[in-house]
Amino acid sequence: MSLLSIQGLTLAIHDTPILRDVSFDVAKGEIVAITGESGSGKSMTALSIMGLLPRGSKAKGKVLLDGTDILTTPEPDLCKMRGNDMGMVFQEPMTALNPVQTIGDQVAEAILVHEGGGRKQALTRAAETLERVGLPNARFPLTRYPHELSGGQRQRVVIAMAIALRPKLLIADEPTTALDVTTQATILDLLRGLVDEFDMGLVMITHDLAVVSQFAERIVVMQNGQLVEKGETQHLLRNMQHPYTRALFAASGHQVNLPEPPPPAPLLQVKDVVRDYALPKLPFATARHFRAVDHVSFDLHRGERLGLVGESGCGKSTLTRAILGLEPIQGGTITLDGDPVFTGKQPNLHVRRKMQVVFQDPYGSFNPRHRVDRLIAEPFHLLETTMTPQARQDAVAKALTDVGLHPDDARKYIHEFSGGQRQRIAIARALIVAPDLIVFDEAVSALDVSVRAQVLDLLADLCRTRPLSYLFISHDLSVVRSVTDRVLVMQAGKIVEQGATDTVFTAPQHPYTQQLLAAAPVLPDIGKVTADAIE
Amino acid sequence: MLRYVLSRFVSLVVSLIVASIVIFVVIEIVPGDPAAFMLGVNARPDTVAALRAELGLDVSKVERYFAWITGMVQGDLGTSYTYRAPISEIVADRIWVSLPLAIYALLLSTLIAFPAGIYAASRRGSVGDMGVMGATQLGVAIPNFWFAMIMVGIFAIKLRWFSAGGFPGWDNGFWSGIKALTLPAIALALPQAAILARVMRSSLLDMLGEDFMRTARAKGLTRRQALWKHAVRNALIPVLTIIGLQFSFLLAGGIVIEQVFFLPGLGRLIFQSISARDLIVVESVVMLLVFLVIVVNFAVDLAYAVVDPRLRTKR
Amino acid sequence: MKRGLILGACLTCTFVALSLLSFIWTPYDIGSLDIPNKLHPPDMVNWLGTDHLGRDIVSMIMMGARTSIAVALVAVGIGMGVGIPLGLWAAARRGTLLDEVIMRGNDLIFAFPSLVIAILITAVFGASAVNAIIAIGIFNIPVFARLTRSAALSLWERDFILAARVSGKSAFRISYEHILPNITNLMIVQGTIQFSLGILAEAALSYIGLGAQPPTASWGRMLADAQTLVSFAPHTAIVPGMAIVLMVLGLNLLGDGLRDWLDPKMRVARV
Repeated sequence: MSLLSIQGLTLAIHDTPILRDVSFDVAKGEIVAITGESGSGKSMTALSIMGLLPRGSKAKGKVLLDGTDILTTPEPDLCKMRGNDMGMVFQEPMTALNPVQTIGDQVAEAILVHEGGGRKQALTRAAETLERVGLPNARFPLTRYPHELSGGQRQRVVIAMAIALRPKLLIADEPTTALDVTTQATILDLLRGLVDEFDMGLVMITHDLAVVSQFAERIVVMQNGQLVEKGETQHLLRNMQHPYTRALFAASGHQVNLPEPPPPAPLLQVKDVVRDYALPKLPFATARHFRAVDHVSFDLHRGERLGLVGESGCGKSTLTRAILGLEPIQGGTITLDGDPVFTGKQPNLHVRRKMQVVFQDPYGSFNPRHRVDRLIAEPFHLLETTMTPQARQDAVAKALTDVGLHPDDARKYIHEFSGGQRQRIAIARALIVAPDLIVFDEAVSALDVSVRAQVLDLLADLCRTRPLSYLFISHDLSVVRSVTDRVLVMQAGKIVEQGATDTVFTAPQHPYTQQLLAAAPVLPDIGKVTADAIE
Repeated sequence: MLRYVLSRFVSLVVSLIVASIVIFVVIEIVPGDPAAFMLGVNARPDTVAALRAELGLDVSKVERYFAWITGMVQGDLGTSYTYRAPISEIVADRIWVSLPLAIYALLLSTLIAFPAGIYAASRRGSVGDMGVMGATQLGVAIPNFWFAMIMVGIFAIKLRWFSAGGFPGWDNGFWSGIKALTLPAIALALPQAAILARVMRSSLLDMLGEDFMRTARAKGLTRRQALWKHAVRNALIPVLTIIGLQFSFLLAGGIVIEQVFFLPGLGRLIFQSISARDLIVVESVVMLLVFLVIVVNFAVDLAYAVVDPRLRTKR
Repeated sequence: MKRGLILGACLTCTFVALSLLSFIWTPYDIGSLDIPNKLHPPDMVNWLGTDHLGRDIVSMIMMGARTSIAVALVAVGIGMGVGIPLGLWAAARRGTLLDEVIMRGNDLIFAFPSLVIAILITAVFGASAVNAIIAIGIFNIPVFARLTRSAALSLWERDFILAARVSGKSAFRISYEHILPNITNLMIVQGTIQFSLGILAEAALSYIGLGAQPPTASWGRMLADAQTLVSFAPHTAIVPGMAIVLMVLGLNLLGDGLRDWLDPKMRVARV
């Protein structure tokens, strides 16, 4: 008999259908991945197993854990099961822990709430559990507070709470999505080790197909609340039956077709740039600084697509702000076409006109109170001549058409668009003053894989038809690999390696680059899937 | 931790200095010659000159300011021109009415608000929640001095449970003092309790939506356990801010309530001094009130650090 | 909670209408005293009775509404007019000395409750309704400045502001073009709440004699006059008190209703 058996699970929240007829099994010691794009219902499936569905939910079917139907178990009994029989790990380690309680108390609570006993005894066991998840007490005493730990360390604490009582089933909802790639690898190793040691079943929810293919023993693919395909991992990868599964894998490994870059001629020149932040200080004490960008130099050539990769906290966002001329630098120079990008309080419109930006968050990038035409036309502020309303309208219409939208969209508000459409509008806004350089700051990171593939294709098309250069900042190695000609690798404020994208990815020189590439999960090259595996 | 306390302390000292300058400028410089102002338009020049000498006004304004400040630091608030007595002595009598009243009211307000807010938040949308919310909506709208008048009408005049006003002094026993302050404290506390209960409720509801509450539930805590063990302490952080602000309202509100109950506190002292044009008393008492408010806010800042470990290490 | 919004709007409109009506008509002239007719309980002639000087209480309430609304409105106007620009300015120059000075200045004002400000002003200039306006207005400045700054700070972190900065727009232009429209709802709701607090503060100041002076009618003064009469002419104390409660209740319901209607996640300041 399988450990977890979901049979015909159908769910509606306030009469909105969320899940339809979902069925799959998980055996002891087995890792099953549920994958799919946003809105596929994978997280709600997880919450159904925990019996933690939001108010107003109506579930039908069966969720059997060791023969007990979660859906019909009364709440007091469910409370006894949670933590004891099944544990859960969440996506956001930064917010998943109580900020005002020590990690020791939080782990001990998981024990105390089920088994009672003394606090002291529970703390001893908490210490053992934390030790098991890789937080040795010598370095991470029980009296630490969550804010004193990094994201990966916090995720280990969450895992410790979930496994403290050795549950039969562990559910992990995007456990590594918020983490850096090297941290992700260690957390996945930890989870796998725990599954083997405790003979637990693990249900892993993730959108990352590379993680799925490398980590899971069986895969469940979901779309719009329905299960479209399931099977043993290797078998499924070789024999994808459902068109959606195939499309999903194809989009994940999507390679864009970039035109040849013209011969090198410097456009953006970054020379020996230093960016310091003042740290909070005691009154009357001498100021202390944190060096976020440490003597960075590179050139971006005209017509080139340059990538900048690095993990969180490496200084890439700081460098981006400096390049955009939004903040002063404490040393070195940044010039665009020979002119400095930062000119104090009065921005130099002449330089600004040559550079535009597309941000990560498709929801925060637009003033919600303006219509699309006004949003797109904002960079016209940079032009010295004023335009006639007709000319503006035409330019907006053209920009919308260029990014694959309709001119009539100009009169709509931003909330009427999907995430992918919003990123297209952001690109239209960047294009409208015909800049030389567009900076993409994690511009596709928030998008689902299929939408991401379309946006990347659009970027390739755009630079084929006009003299555009891109600076592509991302933590996602596969994306950077597919849309750049050259790449910079940043670590702790320094550029540790740079070179042609293919060379860097196939023959990395610097140990850090090697470590990054080794940690990144790889999409297997199977059947029609044309992802280039990283050797 | 030390860093945090020190930076708060520096800001406390700076606030006190700036506040003292503001008060000094308004009271001693804006009216022109304070002595002439205090004696009125018909005063004879030699009387004014005598008062100037008596008040120490015949030195420069800067010297006067520093004399005032150094005096206050040493506990010397100057001499009242109408009472012919050291202000510190007059204040010492009065503050034992005003301060206990404010503290009494703060305790009442917290004791009412916390359970009400937690109850309402834990039963969001229920009849009980709507009842509490309706009551607080009314509580916020009732002027405390009117509420005091109505209570005097009912409990003092009709039912004769309490006296309508006045204060027997602490010498006549602790409980008779408490009894005399009870109606005033209730009048002061109720509107503040209504506000505090609303803040407590909404702050708790915010916490209920946090990720760590879901984590707690996944550990196997019941809804109620998660609320008490995880939400309440986090919700206290915004609530503390409001309690700090309320203390200054209670001190100031006490001035009004003292009028209703004829309590011999700082409020009545100020009004008597205003009608007697005794500016020096007004100046010192206002400074004292502001001092209390600033010190309480400092204490609230320290309380944050106790509740929120993030403040102890960061900043 | 649409019902709250409607009830609040009705109550508020009623009082505003009564105060406006008082400019052209009141049931009786409150200027002429009618001592023999004093302390009449409510009847068909004087719907809500007469006060200790024989004046019609309905007429007094209407004239008092005028004072209350005028004082609170101007005070909120001062708070918004000074506080919002200060908050926007501090947010635009966040982290600089200017920001620090503005915010510390605001903290300092918070150490002076409006009653204390009123006491200071009265001690030097004597009591008047203008005192009340200045005292309440000054106290409103930091309320709006702090709220504006904190709302603006989170907006300054948003990508659409960065995009505007990349487009070369000045901090001033971004403040009025992008920040201000996005905090308008918040300010309207907070304004309603401050308005209701202004009504309460005006009543308190007038009650202790630091606000409107006779012959100006004011709800606070009516209550002060009624204080010794509570037991034998309760209507003189109950009616003005109820007027204050209903007006404040109406404004609060209106504010809360607007908040729920415009944006339930809005964070308003309540003190």
